[in-house]
Amino acid sequence: MMQITKPVSFENVVSMEDLSAEDVLSFIHEAQDFKAGKQIELKRPVYAANLFFESSTRTHTSFEMAERKLGLQVVNFDPSNSSLSKGESMSDTVKTFQAIGVDLVAIRDKKNEYYKDLIADPNVHVGIANGGDGSGQHPSQSLLDMMTIYEEFGHFEGLKVAIVGDLTHSRVARSNMEVLTMLGAHVYFGGPKKWYTEEFAKYGEWMPIDDLVEEMDVMMFLRVQHERIADDENGAFSAEKYHAQYGLTAERESRMPQHSIIMHPAPVNRGVEIADELVECDKSRIFEQMHNGVFVRMAIMTSMLRNRDLIKEEY
Amino acid sequence: MKRIIANGQILDRGQLVKRDILIENGRVAKIAEDISTDGVDEVIDAKGNFVSAGLIDVHVHYRQPGQEQKETVKTGSLAAAHGGFTTVCAMPNVTPAPDSVNNMEALIKLNHTDGAVHIKQYAAITTNRGGDELVDFKALKDAGAFAFSNDGNGIQKSSTMYEAMQQAAKLDMAIVEHVQDDALTYGGVLNGGAAKRLGMKEMPWVSETAQVARDVILAEATGVHYHVCHASSKHTVNVIRAAKQAGINVTAEVSPHHLLLSDANIKEDNAMYKMNPPLRGEDDRQALIEGLLDGTIDMIATDHAPHTKADKDQSIATAAFGITGSETAFSMLYTRFVKTGRFTLAQLVNWLTKQPASVFKMRGAGSLAVGQPADIAIFDLKHEHEIKESDYLSKGKNSPFTGEAVYGDTVMTLVDGDIAYKRS
Repeated sequence: MMQITKPVSFENVVSMEDLSAEDVLSFIHEAQDFKAGKQIELKRPVYAANLFFESSTRTHTSFEMAERKLGLQVVNFDPSNSSLSKGESMSDTVKTFQAIGVDLVAIRDKKNEYYKDLIADPNVHVGIANGGDGSGQHPSQSLLDMMTIYEEFGHFEGLKVAIVGDLTHSRVARSNMEVLTMLGAHVYFGGPKKWYTEEFAKYGEWMPIDDLVEEMDVMMFLRVQHERIADDENGAFSAEKYHAQYGLTAERESRMPQHSIIMHPAPVNRGVEIADELVECDKSRIFEQMHNGVFVRMAIMTSMLRNRDLIKEEY
Repeated sequence: MKRIIANGQILDRGQLVKRDILIENGRVAKIAEDISTDGVDEVIDAKGNFVSAGLIDVHVHYRQPGQEQKETVKTGSLAAAHGGFTTVCAMPNVTPAPDSVNNMEALIKLNHTDGAVHIKQYAAITTNRGGDELVDFKALKDAGAFAFSNDGNGIQKSSTMYEAMQQAAKLDMAIVEHVQDDALTYGGVLNGGAAKRLGMKEMPWVSETAQVARDVILAEATGVHYHVCHASSKHTVNVIRAAKQAGINVTAEVSPHHLLLSDANIKEDNAMYKMNPPLRGEDDRQALIEGLLDGTIDMIATDHAPHTKADKDQSIATAAFGITGSETAFSMLYTRFVKTGRFTLAQLVNWLTKQPASVFKMRGAGSLAVGQPADIAIFDLKHEHEIKESDYLSKGKNSPFTGEAVYGDTVMTLVDGDIAYKRS
């Protein structure tokens, strides 16, 4: 393959909507380089902080690992013991970290598009990596999903990818359907049909799980949020019923094409979205996704380091 | 006449950069960041659009003489200009075929007087593009033949192909072959999957690949430059790859439709999806893409095959084979492959310019450089537009891509520095 992509450089990485197909591929290629052992040397000590106003152990830890692997100094932050509890705004918290010398921050917050005000603020100079905003964007998750697919197939164009499960509550579903379409893949949907609303219909058709498993290259499952379903008019949530109707059973897995793969952003409800014994089966890339998450986050942080001319050498 | 194309973006070592282009006496006189417009007759404002070397298509069918209701040299070449092509190579399946010096000279004259772009003319390999009586290779070369092909028909008899290759090799001319073993087609029209689904006869891949396999061996024996037309099957890609590795002088082209579509796209009995060779499976399509990327396949060529409405307005079982390609190739390929990151713009343009020029040793085509003829295409990569039947300049409206929303509309095409197409 003689794909040439340019090294990515971004002031902030907050939304997949800002990225072109070429940018996405450049991030993937950079992440692959890190996976293959690439290292960078910094011009001076660089400091990062992970401001998780909404908790997420997995994403938080993955960012921290990525930062440490890049040689960044990680400054701790605990929202429960911070001045937030005294009523300090997010903007002031970010500016405080900036004032004490932090260069890059990864932020997660409940509020959709929290980053817009920060980016628009002329006094905020730190690089912002979005670790998830409400029901909005989650670029590092989307990029790690794309990297995992690209590693498997070497391309997106023409691939059939099904997104199955709790579509309406998922930021993964939204950003992935947009990015996959931009990259030339064909998106399909599965799961309870009531979650397949018009916004999804624009991107691809809904098919029963029994048809999807036989045709797809990638089966991407989404976590079912028990509490949300239990509140449904149908009364209590039944894991068994969901699994039988919409989940990946061993029988369904046996009908998947040989080359196809199973993905899930995790944590998996074993026995609900995916049968317990399939979570680590040959087709499953669930732990590979988490593994790739670190390299993708290294690429994201590197793009902001490059933008600030803080990299001395890449090797 | 002095023209300047100002404010264009050209490809420079794989990246788009802003350049002005000065055209003098039909040739590119200067390429620089800013060129003064003093003493210039016309300034063409490219408005930040992509300015490319004019595209080359080594495989088009103009139906003149013989079937002017389908296409003429004039309409076909206007369609080429509309698609950004400035050099095309016309296949010999017209009536009478260019199998004699007289026919050849008449055709070259017609191409010259009626052509809106540069047209190179293939000569037939055998009389009437059938049977086993070889043409006079030397005389046809001297008359101006571009290369030799019986396109539309495969050469059935091995000894005929062998002798044709010997003759062509002596003259340093290419044999450009529509690969098809007639006995192995079993009168089929579609690839296996679609044939089964629609209850049609299957044209198996062996009808193509078995003949390619024969021909690369004959090419090895004769040393001829052997070029495979419109590869469609993954098995063909494998044979060509192996032949190249063995040092055999084989090259190949793939059509946009075989890159863009597979037989899974044929949902119903719609003859817009009927072509020869037929659309094959998704795995074949992927193998063709991989073949381009790894250099097994050298170039993209459209196989522009215009037909009348009556010829296509029937069942796949009986309709004519072939679809048009000149006016949809660049925008469809750009939208599906470059916008999605599968190809770079430089790769796509390379397969449509430098590669065909270098494989067929075409002088003065395929590159945007000082001293070269000003064969230039300007494409709008920023705005989406719909492919509309009413925009086709070809007489043939037979395209499965009509109605697609694409990027890469042609803004203007210049041939020898003169405007051959301009978007209205």
